[in-house]
Amino acid sequence: MKAPAEKSFEEKKKIHDKGIEEGAAQLTQEKVHQVVQQMLSAEGGARLKAYIETCSHCGLCSEACHYYLSNDNNPIYSPAGKVKQTIGEIVKKKGKVSVDFIKEACEISFTECNLCRRCVMYCPFGIDVAYMMLFMRRICHKLGVVPQYIQDTAHSHSATLNQMWVKEDEWIDTLQWQEEEAQDEFPDLRIPIEKEGADIFYSVIGPEPKFRAQLIYQMAVIMYASGADWTMPATPGWDNSDMCMYTGDVEMVARLKKVHFETAMRLKNKRIVMGECGHAFRSVHDVGNRFLGWKMAPLPVVHAIEFYYELLRDRKIRIKNKLSQPVTFHDPCNIVRGRGLHEMGRYVINETCKTFIEMHPNREHNFCCAAGGGVINCGPPFRNKRVTGNRVKADQLAEAKKKGAEIVIAPCHNCHGGLEDIIKHYELGMELKFLGDILYEVMEK
Amino acid sequence: MHAIYEIISGPMVWLAFGIFILGSLYRLFSMGRLALKKDAVVFSYMSIYYALRSIVHWIVPFASVNMRKHPVMTLVAFVFHICLFVVPIFLFAHIIMIHEAWQINWVYIPNLAADVMTLAVIGACIFFFCRRLILPEVRYLTTYSDFLILAGVAAPFITGFWSFHQYPGHVAAGILHILSGEIILVMIPFTRLSHMLFFPFTRGYAGSEFGGVRNAKDW
Ligand code: SF4
Ligand code: SF4
Ligand code: SF4
Repeated sequence: MKAPAEKSFEEKKKIHDKGIEEGAAQLTQEKVHQVVQQMLSAEGGARLKAYIETCSHCGLCSEACHYYLSNDNNPIYSPAGKVKQTIGEIVKKKGKVSVDFIKEACEISFTECNLCRRCVMYCPFGIDVAYMMLFMRRICHKLGVVPQYIQDTAHSHSATLNQMWVKEDEWIDTLQWQEEEAQDEFPDLRIPIEKEGADIFYSVIGPEPKFRAQLIYQMAVIMYASGADWTMPATPGWDNSDMCMYTGDVEMVARLKKVHFETAMRLKNKRIVMGECGHAFRSVHDVGNRFLGWKMAPLPVVHAIEFYYELLRDRKIRIKNKLSQPVTFHDPCNIVRGRGLHEMGRYVINETCKTFIEMHPNREHNFCCAAGGGVINCGPPFRNKRVTGNRVKADQLAEAKKKGAEIVIAPCHNCHGGLEDIIKHYELGMELKFLGDILYEVMEK
Repeated sequence: MHAIYEIISGPMVWLAFGIFILGSLYRLFSMGRLALKKDAVVFSYMSIYYALRSIVHWIVPFASVNMRKHPVMTLVAFVFHICLFVVPIFLFAHIIMIHEAWQINWVYIPNLAADVMTLAVIGACIFFFCRRLILPEVRYLTTYSDFLILAGVAAPFITGFWSFHQYPGHVAAGILHILSGEIILVMIPFTRLSHMLFFPFTRGYAGSEFGGVRNAKDW
């Protein structure tokens, strides 16, 4: 049936992306049919079928999605609405869709859904729209129609096993450089490289050595002050991030996670501690293991929040002076809906900050930052859509600011990127920090 | 008229129940087999405890955040689904027929209650119909088949009410009642009404992943 909203769907501004355009230019109608049908029969299993057939078109998932809410309740942005325009249509037409359709579906699945899974908690049937959007992305990947920026990142993963084309010597140099910097403050501090049998295998995401080396410095100080037995590897496998998980390249996902796990196991480390990143945690804890055929990761995987929580709980780190500026906390989907770390996050904040102001809704019901799920990695062409598509987050932040919050804590790299753009665009004038920034600032060193 | 009645109230009842039961079993088994073949992870992560934890939160009225956000819809949906099952199973007239055929019977609800519940189902169908037309987010998702299904569900209740109260044309209404009842039974396994069969699995799986892997609530 022709709903009024379909008009705005047609009018939606087309965004030009080289990866999508040039990928689509290589395709013919026949090729699309062939690849899509092959995908449906090879990988379109019971989950896809049950989800599509069970959805009773009730629309109750709509208000779960920040894109829907931020775009004045436009139904084309509702979770089920996005399914209808993408994989739903593909299943209905048994794969007989056009090249133009694929371009549109690519843009929707890559840049209008953060795979944040909030809608699963709003659909009475627990239909996982993120799963279906990922299925759509996988079809796009197979067709070679993927936004250029994120595909470049995926290429970097394939070529270097890290996200940022960091070469092996650059990696080691960065660690040694941070060690030297830190030794100015703490002469006997070390960043132990390749230490066999250490308790902790510490891994980070590619952008840390590239753009935010001070985070490695901070963690080194935290490890030093708490007396942790830790190490970082000198070989590929140090990067725990995973954009291939978001481009639908599951073969690469398996390769990346295998190297990461095997590096920790080669060093006989007892557990993996990861920096403050949501998507990397998702890939290690929830996704990569599946494609490797393991139910769970082969050794314990601990996100930074949980690690800080342990340090504070066990009094391995002591706090000098709590932070005096009032803070608020953004719950990153991938470690809250993805791991239930929200209470530990609050524990760490209450131990380190004087005044904590909640945003609403929070915990499992938080709104995503709209950067996640690889959306921010699709780059500048989609930036405006991403920022205007998350007005509700800006409202949440503004509300917290009104109550006095000056600092937003977001323990996830993607969230940082997303929230930074939102804070700038909506002129919120709030400061953004990692939990580690705060812990480093207030701890006894 | 009598011959038609004989057929639809005799062999066709058997056929309808047969298709409903075998069709449902077929759908469940074939879905299970497909899952085994292509989504083996589903079986690894499915956890009875977390599945039930989630299902309970979604079959108890107002136990989930979203249900509380839409109180009218929640109320109507629960009343609708409860009456939908209670009326046909515990209707005096149905039990009598079964008793005459097989000498078995069970508790029945008073006719007045059955009347109220029947009207509730019809009212709920009208509510869903309006919702589909008025709310943009529902309208956008709605297809013609959704209206057909809605009509299919309402039909046995409207015709049943008609024939029970002996309104003009009640004989025809009686025949239509049985016929529409049979049609809806046959539709369950093969249309969106199959959400009745798959609900425990989709919800249960969401609950299992949220609870077992992600240590989080899903309601
Ligand atoms: S962005 Fe989140 S809430 Fe919206 S459709 Fe995607 S997974 Fe669902
Ligand atoms: S809430 Fe669930 S059943 Fe309803 S439209 Fe959304 S996905 Fe479909
Ligand atoms: S970037 Fe942050 S808020 Fe957004 S999906 Fe990832 S974890 Fe969620």
